Amino acid sequence: MHDLLPELQCWRERGLAIALATVVKTWGSSPRPAGAKMAVNAHGEMIGSVSGGCVESAVIEEARQVLQTGKPKLLAFGVSNEQAWEVGLACGGMIEIFVEKLEN
Amino acid sequence: MKKNIADFLLQAIETGEPVVLATIIRGAENEIGRHLLFRRDGSSQGDWGEATPVTLAQQQAMALFGQERGVTWRTGEREIFFESYFPPAKLIIVGAVHVAIPLVRFAKDLGYKVILVDPRHTFATEARFPHVEALVRRWPDEALAEIGIDANTAVVILTHDPKLDDPAIKYALSQAPAYLGVLGSRKTHEKRVQRLKHDGLTDEQLARLHAPIGLDIGGQTPAEIALSIMAEIVAVRRGALTITPRQ
Repeated sequence: MHDLLPELQCWRERGLAIALATVVKTWGSSPRPAGAKMAVNAHGEMIGSVSGGCVESAVIEEARQVLQTGKPKLLAFGVSNEQAWEVGLACGGMIEIFVEKLEN
Repeated sequence: MKKNIADFLLQAIETGEPVVLATIIRGAENEIGRHLLFRRDGSSQGDWGEATPVTLAQQQAMALFGQERGVTWRTGEREIFFESYFPPAKLIIVGAVHVAIPLVRFAKDLGYKVILVDPRHTFATEARFPHVEALVRRWPDEALAEIGIDANTAVVILTHDPKLDDPAIKYALSQAPAYLGVLGSRKTHEKRVQRLKHDGLTDEQLARLHAPIGLDIGGQTPAEIALSIMAEIVAVRRGALTITPRQ
């Protein structure tokens, strides 16, 4: 999160709504460990990452919904998940990502 | 995440205060996304409800302090994600020499807080080192004692000058840094070892020095040497390297 901090603070100062996505669980060979983070603002701008680029675009879509509803979501990506074939975790691992809104 | 928790968390990260955040990620719908943020002294703030297992969570959280990781924990219907926020690693560079310029940049990209020590005012200038956290223009042993060296600190000694290098090495060896490397050829290092032994340092202590410094990637330019040093620090800190690779 250290690396996201300057941008996050800047977004908050500008009063932008922010969704934070955190890898909470991994199975097998996943690209980033638990704790890896990305943030998405109301304009759809993104910082950080939760995988090697495999699932970020799907997470942005989910993050936009979380920003609208204010309700957190637990997402799963992996080989047993249909979405994984489309979104694609090429490494064969599985990850769970928690997406929540940061109140400002 | 409630505003007061987000404010607290971001401020803790900024100031380097270690904290553990516990988030309910599975369970009753009205509990999902609730947080409890623990400080080192065990105190906490957050919006977990009355029925939540706060005491158990506190025990889990306290065990995570000082580690840089996240774990999930299941209790009954609930699943809780604990994440430990740890202050960034510190890199102290002694010697504001040419190699230090790219080294500061690489270290900064890797998330290190970089402090540069050199009593020579012509070398240690803000113009040459705009990205450092602090420039300390004092004698190395005094400077290192003031900055402080802990298990989250890497120390790199680059001046090439025994007058400056030796006091820095002696002080650093009296502490327990995560990494201690010294620039200089094999020959220079042999002479250095003789000098330091003469001054009373033991073989055991001197074996903790990474010298010649850096992974052997055939580096020639200052930037390439800085890269080899940074790679060695990462390898040591991540447990991929436990002894000096160049024999």
